[in-house]
Amino acid sequence: MSRHPGLNLAHADEKAHAEAEPLLFGFWVFLMSDLVLFALLFATYATMMGVTAGGPGPKQLFELGPAAIETAALLCSSLAYGMATLVMKYERGRVWLLFWLGAALLLGLVFLCFEIDDFVGMFAKGGGIGRSGQLSAFFALVGTHGLHVTFGCLWIVVMMIQVLVFGAERRDNKTERERLLADRVQTRILRLGLFWHFLDIVWIGIFSVVYLQGLTA
Amino acid sequence: MTLNDWLFGRLTVQAALPFYSAIATAAASIVVVGALAVVVLLTKFRLWRPLWSEWLTSLDHKRIGIMYVVLALVMLSRAVVEAVMMRAQQAVSYDSPGYLPADHFAQLFTTHGTIMIFFMAMPFLTGIINYAMPLQIGARDVSFPLLNSVSLGLTAAGAALMMISLCIGRFSTGGWSGYPPFTELAFSPDVGPDYWIWAVTLSSIGSTLTGINFAVTIYKERAPGMHLFRMPLFCWTALCTSILMIFAMPPLTVATALLALDRYAGAHFFTNGGGGDVMNYINLFWLFGHPEVYILILPAFGVYSEVFSTFSAKALYGYRSLVYATMAIAVLSFTVWLHHFFTMGQGANVNAVFGIATMLIGIPTGVKIYDWLLTMFRGRIRFAVPLLFALGFILMFAIGGMTGIILANPGIDYQVHNTVFLVAHFHNVLIPGLLFGMLAAVQYWFPKAFGFRLNEKWGRTVFVLWTAGFLFAFMPLYALGLLGLPRRTVEYFQGAYRPWTLIAAFGALLLLLGLFAVGAWLFVSVRQRDDNRVPAGDPWNGRTLEWSMSAPPPEYNFAVRPRVTGRDQFMRDKLGGMAYLRPDEYEDIEIPLGSAVGPLLGIAGILCGFGLTWHIWWMAAGGLLLSIGTVIARSFVRETTRIVPAGEVRLQHEAWLGRLAMERPASRDQEIAPSNRGLALADGS
Repeated sequence: MSRHPGLNLAHADEKAHAEAEPLLFGFWVFLMSDLVLFALLFATYATMMGVTAGGPGPKQLFELGPAAIETAALLCSSLAYGMATLVMKYERGRVWLLFWLGAALLLGLVFLCFEIDDFVGMFAKGGGIGRSGQLSAFFALVGTHGLHVTFGCLWIVVMMIQVLVFGAERRDNKTERERLLADRVQTRILRLGLFWHFLDIVWIGIFSVVYLQGLTA
Repeated sequence: MTLNDWLFGRLTVQAALPFYSAIATAAASIVVVGALAVVVLLTKFRLWRPLWSEWLTSLDHKRIGIMYVVLALVMLSRAVVEAVMMRAQQAVSYDSPGYLPADHFAQLFTTHGTIMIFFMAMPFLTGIINYAMPLQIGARDVSFPLLNSVSLGLTAAGAALMMISLCIGRFSTGGWSGYPPFTELAFSPDVGPDYWIWAVTLSSIGSTLTGINFAVTIYKERAPGMHLFRMPLFCWTALCTSILMIFAMPPLTVATALLALDRYAGAHFFTNGGGGDVMNYINLFWLFGHPEVYILILPAFGVYSEVFSTFSAKALYGYRSLVYATMAIAVLSFTVWLHHFFTMGQGANVNAVFGIATMLIGIPTGVKIYDWLLTMFRGRIRFAVPLLFALGFILMFAIGGMTGIILANPGIDYQVHNTVFLVAHFHNVLIPGLLFGMLAAVQYWFPKAFGFRLNEKWGRTVFVLWTAGFLFAFMPLYALGLLGLPRRTVEYFQGAYRPWTLIAAFGALLLLLGLFAVGAWLFVSVRQRDDNRVPAGDPWNGRTLEWSMSAPPPEYNFAVRPRVTGRDQFMRDKLGGMAYLRPDEYEDIEIPLGSAVGPLLGIAGILCGFGLTWHIWWMAAGGLLLSIGTVIARSFVRETTRIVPAGEVRLQHEAWLGRLAMERPASRDQEIAPSNRGLALADGS
């Protein structure tokens, strides 16, 4: 039935699948373009590793504890998001969908709080963005990821409101027009999911390349 | 911080007004007067409402395409005038300061390059692809019509920043590539580089989104039976260009964003001290910059392919080889960026690798040239304006390609790098390559878009003036480059340069006349539109699907979606007597409603860019909030499409078929006569 492997619109009809196809495919293409952006920021960081210009280096600035908590928060957030999509697929009701979306949001915010605290701590130790090439590259890479997470959180909030306004299940709605709106919410939640998991993958790269490598090298 | 600082940032009367040279003042006045004239005319003829509701908020790919081309032509005018000013300066600045202050001259070469690449060439090809590609693949629109409008809004916002920079403050003097450390705060503390950063960033984001949109459209919206290898070649080049945009625009975004961090947050990416590394910028910039060259040229190659085939009345020779050559060029374009900086300290072996990779690109390009020549071989050739451009392209582009191969040799590059030899080379590929292609595309698809043909005589005049102007303006630069004249020279002291700079200035004058001729071409054609109407929609005995509908096409493009059984489907239909059939049944067609999101995001982009440039933070934040709010609000809009009922489609289609029945088919001898009403004699020639 589904011509697109990334698509799990539960009981949607052929038309809904056909309409979702370019949307999801287009979003994958966008993520590819976004990945190029991160790849270049990683490359910039790699060329600037060790360029401390006499300032503090990773050993003085990075702390494994908060970074590990951030990693756990973000990965658990992805898990919660995965639960949300399963709830949506098997139509277990709006409450559970909102619960899991809320959990994902909360964990995303935990991640952001720890990250901001990290940044503030680094500034306090004299490791601001203007201190050295390496720190500039660090803040560009980690900051861009953080900015993505921020927008992702905002997006989750918007989607929670949309679930309340439009519903995310076809059986919530009577007319075909309303069903279409529910389909639209579903594909948006799926695309947000792609985005959210994508940010996990990028974070794993950051955790390994920036934090683990910086603290062991 | 005083209230004044908070409200106006760095913007003061002294810094803002363009009174540093009389010429700058005059230029700013022209922009202001021009803008006022447009406002007055729109008000006088009560066109604001139609402009807003039928054009600016339209999501129809055809209208968006036309708006892109209009934007490109406006920006072309400014950049050509700037080019003429620079050539005039070099003509008189032998042993004399000339008439332009050095700082103003530097702004001119920066804006000329920035505009020509980002606000002339990119919008031009985006507009042409937007118009023609969906029609050629049998689609009703692009995959994401709203995103299309957003891309246009962002690109136009960048262009608006360019125009604002002419009136308020100064533009960058760092060249179109904006190399640090010169563009860092230490050396360019004024707002110039900031204008450049935000204008280019807006354009690069717009182009990334355009690339995604086009690629998805080609992958997902093709008509039934339109296999990839049945697509017209123009669609293949559009696909490759889109893929290049998806991968090559992010490096530009990263480069400008990191430069902005240096300038705004005191970061040390490309600064001299603090561990900055200029080479990072140069690598990032050319990771974008080289694929960009092929983003620009591939769509033009596509146009030429259509033109050679149509005006030789033959199927394209070597279709598959042309497709593979296009793909090979697209892939190779990512492997050669280093040849833009052979002289910047890599080892000889690295240079050799990139030099060889560069020369390799000549092979697929050569394949294309031979394919086009063989397409014409034994064809029934008509020397219509698009074909003239195509022929001029082959002759002159071959020369430009050869000098490219010369430059690809690092040893030679060391001799001529940073001289006007390089300037001659890239103008030699971009004017006969890209610009001729786009002008050919205008002449070729204009009747489809507006329902009447463009004037042939003026079209030929445009061709002659641009060709002669190009040859006179740029061939001397090869000689000058070999004599050692550095590019971007405002004043020189070698008498040997003088004859060549004078010839080049004469060529620039011809190009200026060529620009006026473009205006006359459009103006005369609009005046004579009733003599050249082609309501039947097929003035050139076309081969591909876009010619199978009325001119201009209905909003939904195809009354019934075509079934494709092979290449050049429309020619097949005509030869087999299957064209213009009355379909058994029609169906409801869903088309997107107009939306203000694109223009609003454009306005948000201008606010952000201007606010950031002048450190007016409330304005920048306001722009950002406006854009986020607009997107969120849009996501709650319930009705985004409307239905054209089957009955209405039937009525419109049958009215057109009825008109067709009354038209007399025109032979190819009558192609440019008033008797060509757009119904072609179906004799295969």
